[in-house]
Amino acid sequence: MKDDHTPHSKKITRREMLYRTGAGGLGLLIGASGVGSITALGKTSSEKPAAAENQIPFYGKHQAGIMTKQQTYVYLISMDITTNKLADIRDLFKEWTVASEKMAMGNLIGDYSDNLYIPPEDTGEATGLSASRITFTYGFGSSFFEKEGSDRFGLAAKKPNQLQALPSFPGDEIEKEWTGGDLCVQVCADDQQVAFHAIRNLLRIGRGIVTLRWMQSGFLRSQQSGKKDSTPRNLFGFKDGTVNPNTEEDFNNIVWSNGAEASWMKNGSYMVMRRIRMLLEVWDRTHLKDQQATFGREKVSGAPLGQEKEFDDVKLDKKDSDGKPAIPMDAHVRLGRGDGSQKILRRSYSYSSEMDPARAQLDAGLLFLCFQKDPFKQFVPIQKRMAQSDHLNEYIRHIGSAVFACPGGTKKGGYIGDSLF
Amino acid sequence: MYFSKVTTITLLLPVLLFAGCSSDQSGEAEEKDSADQTTEQTDAGSTTAQKKLDEAVEAYRQYGLSQTDTFVEDTSKFVDAVKAGNLEKAKQLYPKARMPYERIEPIAEALGDLDPKIDAREGDVPKDEWTGYHKIEKILWEDNTTDGAEKYAEQLLNDVKSLRAKIELAEVSPQTLVTGSVDLLNEVSSSKITGEEERYSHTDLYDFAANVDGSKKIVELLNPVIKEKDEELASTLEKRFDEVYEALNQYKKGDGYVSYTDLSDKDTQKLSKSIDALAEPLSQIGIVLEK
Repeated sequence: MKDDHTPHSKKITRREMLYRTGAGGLGLLIGASGVGSITALGKTSSEKPAAAENQIPFYGKHQAGIMTKQQTYVYLISMDITTNKLADIRDLFKEWTVASEKMAMGNLIGDYSDNLYIPPEDTGEATGLSASRITFTYGFGSSFFEKEGSDRFGLAAKKPNQLQALPSFPGDEIEKEWTGGDLCVQVCADDQQVAFHAIRNLLRIGRGIVTLRWMQSGFLRSQQSGKKDSTPRNLFGFKDGTVNPNTEEDFNNIVWSNGAEASWMKNGSYMVMRRIRMLLEVWDRTHLKDQQATFGREKVSGAPLGQEKEFDDVKLDKKDSDGKPAIPMDAHVRLGRGDGSQKILRRSYSYSSEMDPARAQLDAGLLFLCFQKDPFKQFVPIQKRMAQSDHLNEYIRHIGSAVFACPGGTKKGGYIGDSLF
Repeated sequence: MYFSKVTTITLLLPVLLFAGCSSDQSGEAEEKDSADQTTEQTDAGSTTAQKKLDEAVEAYRQYGLSQTDTFVEDTSKFVDAVKAGNLEKAKQLYPKARMPYERIEPIAEALGDLDPKIDAREGDVPKDEWTGYHKIEKILWEDNTTDGAEKYAEQLLNDVKSLRAKIELAEVSPQTLVTGSVDLLNEVSSSKITGEEERYSHTDLYDFAANVDGSKKIVELLNPVIKEKDEELASTLEKRFDEVYEALNQYKKGDGYVSYTDLSDKDTQKLSKSIDALAEPLSQIGIVLEK
């Protein structure tokens, strides 16, 4: 960073120096045993238990946090960039890469300095905690490329057509403060403190270059509390995500970009966020028959109405004993499916933002997250159908909306988004 | 102001400065030790850095003195206006009279109980002990009169004069400067940005500007050392200070600032972001204490 500075770059240098000294001292050991590598030694310098089973590799073909089996907690933040220099952003992504990789391994982002008059590099609340399957998923918003008509970083030509604000759908009550953003990071982990620590430290590293625009946390049932890998339920008590891609082929067909629209997006995916307030008080006084008719599924088993089990085929033509459609025409499952040609990977979390003071009601709902090759060919037609006639609309309000282009994974030695920069 | 915080400044009689132990307000012995260590460990290579630090400390002492002189002067004028029953003039002098104090808060706060006497806000101290600027502020703005403020004005001037006398004895160390520069911005973040400081007059932006001035002064004085240790940090700080002033200048009105009540949430958010962006790298200036 030529004319800018984040506090960490200097300390990385200092740390590297210590590191080199340390590695030199240990050189003999490596030589003698003939095993181990400098990087491995670097890791063991942390006092963290290296529970490899709780680690999800940061580096890879795709970014983690998309295909990854859903963790228990999410923090999703959207940020605005305040610098006008691309170099600052590039450097920030390099620093984020280093920090993310460390945290994915269950390490702190920096060691304690001998100087007691500077704050510790890592904020410390995850000290001694395992990696908790933490993942980092970074994305770029449309305003990153072009804001108020200006090609702010000279990258406007690289903006994919798929990266646009979503159209407004019937019934939308989108609040501006819950929309858009130049950049996003989705952090997921099985431990909330580990996830929060990560978000906090990433924001700290970015201070002066990015500012927080909106932030939403979310939760799911944990793996310990239910049958392993059972489909999670939303706050209406229904299973959410039964129909999701799960083979590599599915992912290639539905989720991963092949780079045709923008080569830097190869192996990446487009994230759609919808913050959906659920009117829990209203829902809770709705009788069970109506609740099930609204979703088109049995509440407990998750089976499509007229069927037996959760994963039974959804038979839209099936009639009940009165000759009416077993799955009502305005049922969520029917409208979500349409003719079956549009599919998405849903990776939603429930949220609770405590209380809505205006109503003294619970402010809770769904942090709807989905990934796909093209939001305008996949999410948009689905949502159009739902917005028009989904019975569920009586009980929900779409109040936030954003689309982010999440590039492919990072290779060792590279940094997040290097395919773009 | 914050009473609970352990401050790194020790008030010592001059003779104690050489005795190597402090009159010890809780927890400061340790600070003092490490300060001593810093001095002892100085080797030939870092003598210049140490010399620059010493110069910065001395320059800061002078700054503290000159700000306190101005504070006495401006407070006298303010007190005169209150005692003369000139409400408009008192209101007009109030925000600016306080600024020198806000610039040197890190030293001033260390001077025994003078800080609460001069600068306590309602609720910070027991009701019948509440005196000082904010007590008078409440009478001037809430009651819209100078009646009843005279005795507080009189006492304020006495307290401010004692501050002037005591400031000579304040021990200033490089650690004071390092901690103080960030503390001043924390003051901004915690009470100016929220409008809590000047809850009746809403002149918070004057305090805001003064706190930033005080922090900037420290960085200017330490700059030769900061530059030597980390040139990039020095230039970042310069840039971020500029950005804070740029943000603040949008709210200038005449030779002062608009009322806090004229700020929208968006405005305060913008100011807060600029302070955070500055304070984060500023927290690294502890590197000046490294060998």
